[in-house]
Amino acid sequence: MPQKKISLRIDGELVNAVEGQTILDATRASGKSIPTLCFLEGLSPVGACRLCMVEVSGIDRLFPACTTPAQDGMAVATTSARLSRYRRMTIELLLVERNHVCAVCVANGHCELQTMAYNMGITSVRFAYNFPRLPVDLTHPRFVLDHNRCILCTRCVRTCAEIEGAHVWEMISRGIHARIVPDLNQKWGDARTCTNCGKCVQACPTGALAEKGKAMEEMVRSTTAITSLAHRRGAAV
Amino acid sequence: MKRITIEPVSRIEGHAKITIQLDDAGQVTDTQFQVTQVRGFEKFTEGRPYYEMPGITSRICGICPISHQLAASKACDAIMAVRIPRTAQLLREIIHCAQIVQSHALSFFYLSAPDLLLGMDSDPATRNVAGLIEANPELARAGIELRKFGLQVIEGLADERVHPAWIVPGGVRSPMTAPARDRFLAAIPQAMATTEKTLGIFKGMLDSFAEEIANFGSEPTMYAGMVDHAGNLQLYDGVMRFRAADGTIVQDVAAENYHEFVAEATVENSYLKAPFYRPLGYPQGIYRVGPLGRINTAEAMGTPRADAELGEFRQRFGRVAHSSFLYHYARLIEVLYALECMKLLLQEPDVLDPHVRASAGVNALEGVGMIEAPRGTLIHHYKVDENGAIVWANLIVATGHNNRAISDGVRQVSEHFIHGDRLQEGMLNRVSALVRAYDPCLSCSTHAMGTPALDISLVDRKGALLDRIRS
Repeated sequence: MPQKKISLRIDGELVNAVEGQTILDATRASGKSIPTLCFLEGLSPVGACRLCMVEVSGIDRLFPACTTPAQDGMAVATTSARLSRYRRMTIELLLVERNHVCAVCVANGHCELQTMAYNMGITSVRFAYNFPRLPVDLTHPRFVLDHNRCILCTRCVRTCAEIEGAHVWEMISRGIHARIVPDLNQKWGDARTCTNCGKCVQACPTGALAEKGKAMEEMVRSTTAITSLAHRRGAAV
Repeated sequence: MKRITIEPVSRIEGHAKITIQLDDAGQVTDTQFQVTQVRGFEKFTEGRPYYEMPGITSRICGICPISHQLAASKACDAIMAVRIPRTAQLLREIIHCAQIVQSHALSFFYLSAPDLLLGMDSDPATRNVAGLIEANPELARAGIELRKFGLQVIEGLADERVHPAWIVPGGVRSPMTAPARDRFLAAIPQAMATTEKTLGIFKGMLDSFAEEIANFGSEPTMYAGMVDHAGNLQLYDGVMRFRAADGTIVQDVAAENYHEFVAEATVENSYLKAPFYRPLGYPQGIYRVGPLGRINTAEAMGTPRADAELGEFRQRFGRVAHSSFLYHYARLIEVLYALECMKLLLQEPDVLDPHVRASAGVNALEGVGMIEAPRGTLIHHYKVDENGAIVWANLIVATGHNNRAISDGVRQVSEHFIHGDRLQEGMLNRVSALVRAYDPCLSCSTHAMGTPALDISLVDRKGALLDRIRS
């Protein structure tokens, strides 16, 4: 049965969509873009990073475009002074939360957080750096987990569960103490459910998950591989 | 009793303070060379993967990132227990020669030439590289061109001039292209001509600096530098040779055994440690490194034109020369050597081979990397756990070796030039120029965060300020 067609206005432009699409889907289908970090096409959206927040006409609060369904007659603004301010603040807060040292990072030049900061013209941050003392898990023979560089987007968690089906990664603790952990807080090298497939590494937007032995700037990854695997398995897109 | 403090010392890399203690008669009783910043690289790298060390430690310095990357990568090669491809070694040596040329050109033309060419007592407002450009534009331009050449080779190989990511554990990231090699080879004759011309000018000035040569940190010490099996100068690989002040060979030390022969003393009021030759203790075991240390230690340079210059140098100053003023001379001879070496390396038949990187995991839990950085012997020593996480790191940086010798030299210069309790700029500048002759890199040696550059305080026995000069 064909899906019900709907139409909405995005930044004043009339856009056609089908019922069930999110605001992000409809926006991207119409050729526009909304900045995202935790979203990865092929994985279920979680609305964690709050970068894709948009304004919906008539409602004062903001909505995450990746998890909010597009509705018939809706009028959405994807850019505004207020949104730019919030998005910039979001990136700044991500930068101060952990220890992001681009200069010596494996993902330097290939990092979505860095690219986002460049695109927003962030040359300094207003907030005090948190400088947490965080471990690096080097126990896996092929891969490295560096909590210093993790932004808790959970792409690895979802890739492992939804694409590989291994459910190695989970979140532990809350708030500022939250971390991703393998197999109920084991060392990665001791995680028996890990299939060593490396999909989580490909899905990571920063240098938090990387291939072992890669020197600075060398971790070039392909998130499209994750998306095409998802398409092949018929995951929701 | 009075105290003179020179803080900060200008035209050096990093920031230092000199304190000169005077007795009631205005005679120098003590001097201290103090480095006032700490950076903590050895501590905060704990827990990091070993293969990140070339990237992290190269951030110690913006002048010699290549040197740190090379020493770090050699230490990592040892942890991986690999022999890197021959072409990778050739390429590392070529970029190292380029690094020596650009750093020495910076030290000589930008930092020290204003003292030498404009005069130690000239107006401090113009005694800098801008004043040099005005007074002697041809020489200043030559110096800038020479540094540019070194940086262009670095950029041509590694894509970036400062902090490239090209030197990696196991080799280098990408091979050299034929056009790049041809470009470097074509530029060498001009760089050689510039260096030889500058050497000519410098040698012509030597007679006018007789007083400085005699009193410029000229107390005999041991010397150390890397040599090959024939005893010729080596910059990238070899053993660390200690040579006594009288010219006898004391010891040849392989990189992995350095800790048996090199110990580090901590110095009061300074973050810069003072390494010494362990068997002799401190301070009897102090030695000097860097250009003068190397040419004193080596039997010969190993390249024809540099050897001809070394012969002339030894004719003038003997087999082992002690005056720190001669660091400048040695530095210029080394530029010539580095250029000749680079040419030979670029002409090697397999220099364009595409296989330039070996790969391996952790095969040894400890690794030492030793090279001759522009300022002297640079040692990186890491210990890792079985997963490759750094559990301990020790960096002995070139300037450190010279620490005590710089202090002693400052004392000698101040005893000779400073009498009375008033400060004159030219006299104080001689003290700073002594420090500058060593081209110390203090940001490197304390692994330093920035604060300002000559501040000299004169204080009496009770600590009351008598006089003060700031640059």
